[in-house]
Amino acid sequence: MADNETPQNISVPLVTVARKQPEPPVTPVSAVSEDASGIRAFLRARGSANAADRGFAGLMLLGALSLFVIVVLIVWILIQKSQLSIHAFGFHFFRSSNWDPVNGDFGALPFIFGTLVSSLLALLIAVPLSLAVAIFVLEICPIPLRGPISFLTELLAAIPSVVYGLWGIFVLVPLIRDKVGPFLEKTLGWTGLFVEPNFGVGMFTAGVILAIMIFPVISSISRDVMRAVPNHQREAALALGATRWEMIRLGVLQNARIGIVGAVILGLGRALGETMAVTMVIGNHPDISKNLFNPAHTLSSVIANEFSEATGDLYLSALVEIGLALFIVTIVVNAVARLLVWAVTRGNTAKAV
Amino acid sequence: MATSPYAPSLARSRARTAKDHLVTAISVLSTLVVLVPLVAILGYLIYKGASSLNLAFFTKVPVPVGESGGGMANSIVGSGMILLVASLMGIPLGIAAGVYLAEYGRGTWLGHGVRFTADVLNGVPSIVMGIVAYSLIVTKQNHFSAFAGGVALAIMMVPTVTRTTEEMLATVPTALREAALGLGIPQWRTVLSVSLRAASPGIITGCMLAFARVAGETAPLLFTAFGNQFWNLNLNQPMAALPLQIYTYAVSPYDEWHRLAWAGALVLILLIMVSVTLVRLFAARNSLAGGR
Repeated sequence: MADNETPQNISVPLVTVARKQPEPPVTPVSAVSEDASGIRAFLRARGSANAADRGFAGLMLLGALSLFVIVVLIVWILIQKSQLSIHAFGFHFFRSSNWDPVNGDFGALPFIFGTLVSSLLALLIAVPLSLAVAIFVLEICPIPLRGPISFLTELLAAIPSVVYGLWGIFVLVPLIRDKVGPFLEKTLGWTGLFVEPNFGVGMFTAGVILAIMIFPVISSISRDVMRAVPNHQREAALALGATRWEMIRLGVLQNARIGIVGAVILGLGRALGETMAVTMVIGNHPDISKNLFNPAHTLSSVIANEFSEATGDLYLSALVEIGLALFIVTIVVNAVARLLVWAVTRGNTAKAV
Repeated sequence: MATSPYAPSLARSRARTAKDHLVTAISVLSTLVVLVPLVAILGYLIYKGASSLNLAFFTKVPVPVGESGGGMANSIVGSGMILLVASLMGIPLGIAAGVYLAEYGRGTWLGHGVRFTADVLNGVPSIVMGIVAYSLIVTKQNHFSAFAGGVALAIMMVPTVTRTTEEMLATVPTALREAALGLGIPQWRTVLSVSLRAASPGIITGCMLAFARVAGETAPLLFTAFGNQFWNLNLNQPMAALPLQIYTYAVSPYDEWHRLAWAGALVLILLIMVSVTLVRLFAARNSLAGGR
């Protein structure tokens, strides 16, 4: 306002001209504002977008919150339904190896043992293979073969667990009983890990089938992680005269190692919770034994086997407590793995999609 | 000759090259080793299953042991119904959560929390979902029901659908949203008609993958849908499902039932693969039409 008045005082004619010129635009502005109010009125007649926006955003938020609700629901139900067993056995539940439904004495140690050993066995077989395949597909394989091989390994992930189990019962079990078992017994029998009799069903078979099942998980995620390594790392290694393997080792594996560990842990999480295929080939016997040919049981296989036949509240409660233990372990394992994978691929995943 | 200053480094370089070749050989070999079980499983499914597939398999219900013939018609229909229930509950929830993550919660504390929860929930063993659905529904009603099975599978679908929806929405250019908002279109309309529409082929594929994943699930159905040897179209009663029937037949001691298990597994795999492929094709065509 002050600026407007000073020029008025200095040179009146100029300013009046100047003032007259802005004036015509002023009237159209009001005309425009009339138009705008017309638009506004039109919009108002159509309903307020503001309320609709807020309602829609709220609806989407509810969808997002449903994930939290699901987790809380799972935790609440598992804890509530296992109260009976928690009170009856306390922490002793996880140290006792008694599983005696008839006398109501329950301990989870054989199942914890079975789950850990079968999963570690699976990792031992699957990790080297999946890393080798990831390296092959990403760094070595001719480009036309890349797509088909990735597709085939992903196909392995699409096969349902129960079909793996079916194949395990009728193909893998006889194979291990008649061919692989005797060979292992002859060559590695001295370790005490492979002692006859070998029925084909048992810890070793479960480990093999788990390895086949978790392979696609580890392989595809470590591939993603390795792809996230910037290309100039590879170029720098090659420029220094590295061979291809040295380039992979120094440029790729070195940079992706945290993510690869994450991928392996993710595979472990999958192996820990896998149910049907394991139930069908592990032999289902709560035994703790060094002998890998022995029939065993895992946390998930005992639930699958006995849950619908469990008589008595304590029996059911003990099985739910096993489910709770399984849930907590897989949640922790998965959370750690996700954090590790995120640490490596952060910012790149959106672009890669 | 023997005093050549390059001699040692030549030897080393040969050793390095040899190591390089060795690693290449190992990785090629590993890939072949991994492809063996895949070929073996698919080969056995076709070899053992195809011979047992006939019209009766798709039209008849199971017969008692000792009688020959019979089929899995009730299991196929039952699987379809349970999956329909699961999809009707799981897919809308999953898409809503995905839309929230991509359009509203980007970079917020809550958004990260939801994304992390979805990722972690994805790794929860399916049998735990079975226990939850059992405790929520079966113990309240005092009988097994197909609906409880559907709920268990729906819980499993949500995180997968959420993550794929979010990732697909992230690929929609921001300029498209800005264009719509700049024309005065309200945000909810922009999300529904612009973002979701542009990302729809990817989202449909994601939903289909989630569907295929739960289609083969057996563990959560063991004590929810429970299985049934007879026709049942009532969602409130125990219902047969293809994976359950395969399990029952596979662990039985009868050759006739083993034959049916192989045939059922072949049908299950074919259903999964065909549905995924069809939707992929459909989605690809749709995206071309929408892109113009």
